Amino acid sequence: MSDFFGDWHALLALLIAGFLPNEVWRMLGLWLGGGVDEGSELLVWVRAVATAILAGVIAQILVQPPGALASVPGWLRYGAAAAGCAAFLVSRRSIFIGVVCGELVMLAGKWWLG
Amino acid sequence: MPLPALDSARWQSSSRAFAWGVRSVGSTVLALVLFATYLGIGALAHDSGFSLGWVLTSTALVWAGPAQIILISTLGSGATMVQAAIAVTVSAIRLFPMVVSVLPMLRAPRTKRRHLVLAAHFIAVTLWVECSRLLPQVPRERRVAFTHGLGVGLLAVCLVATTIGYGLAANLPQLFAAAILLLTPLAFLLSTARNCRQFADVVALVLGLALFPLAALLHSGVDILISGISAGSIAYGVHWWRARA
Repeated sequence: MSDFFGDWHALLALLIAGFLPNEVWRMLGLWLGGGVDEGSELLVWVRAVATAILAGVIAQILVQPPGALASVPGWLRYGAAAAGCAAFLVSRRSIFIGVVCGELVMLAGKWWLG
Repeated sequence: MPLPALDSARWQSSSRAFAWGVRSVGSTVLALVLFATYLGIGALAHDSGFSLGWVLTSTALVWAGPAQIILISTLGSGATMVQAAIAVTVSAIRLFPMVVSVLPMLRAPRTKRRHLVLAAHFIAVTLWVECSRLLPQVPRERRVAFTHGLGVGLLAVCLVATTIGYGLAANLPQLFAAAILLLTPLAFLLSTARNCRQFADVVALVLGLALFPLAALLHSGVDILISGISAGSIAYGVHWWRARA
């Protein structure tokens, strides 16, 4: 069993640095969001901020790519994302077609670069 | 696979609503994206020297892809527990507005707060997007059970992917690894675009993308928070101004 889970120090780090920081925000949302009405003006702002923070996470992965994605040049990463958006709009907002087109543009670009 | 009509007898019990939630996992392309993301997380955990049980526990308890990537890479590179906790806390702030915006959709008049704890734990990008899309098609008093089913189904998919990724590690070719990492921004971008209900959401998405590179120049450690709150507030301002005009 201890081989499966590793040492207690790693599990403690998981609880303190992984589980708690995420769960605190969720439970705060549950606690403080209790009185907010569907369709209220506050919720419009909260949704806009959540959307914009998510947009920031997306932009960060494209602008400061992690791991193997860093081997793809910047213009190709942005081009692939733009192609995915274009395909999404042309296909009447199909996420699947958009994702596949974006991936194909990235793979074709890498192949063309050699 | 379409869900039954709102007044259908097939929503009669909570367990049936739970089952519809589990089955809805098959109707979302985001489940595939999560699968690929968690292949990557499993592989990353293996390469960073964590045990399989540890990374499976992190998938179940943390339940947020970016936070797990940050946790594994900071702890794996020798950072202290406190440094890792700070980095993860900042990345997790986005969960707060997500929970706040999903709650009013989940709640029925008789719902107690403790009934929503598990549903709140399952909230991450995927469930936030899918709740906005699917919950209007679910009778209000069955929405918590439906969300539990959807969350348990997605968690099962991710636990399997984590295990496979852990086993595959070290043998992933670089091009394949790059393609997996590109999936996350592509799918998040398009599913957020489809999730935009009001003009303010569209402005928030476009401005949020555009302002991040500027905020990143600050190297503040909370760049995403700065660009997110500014872009979201500007988008709300546009919404308020249009409503008045």
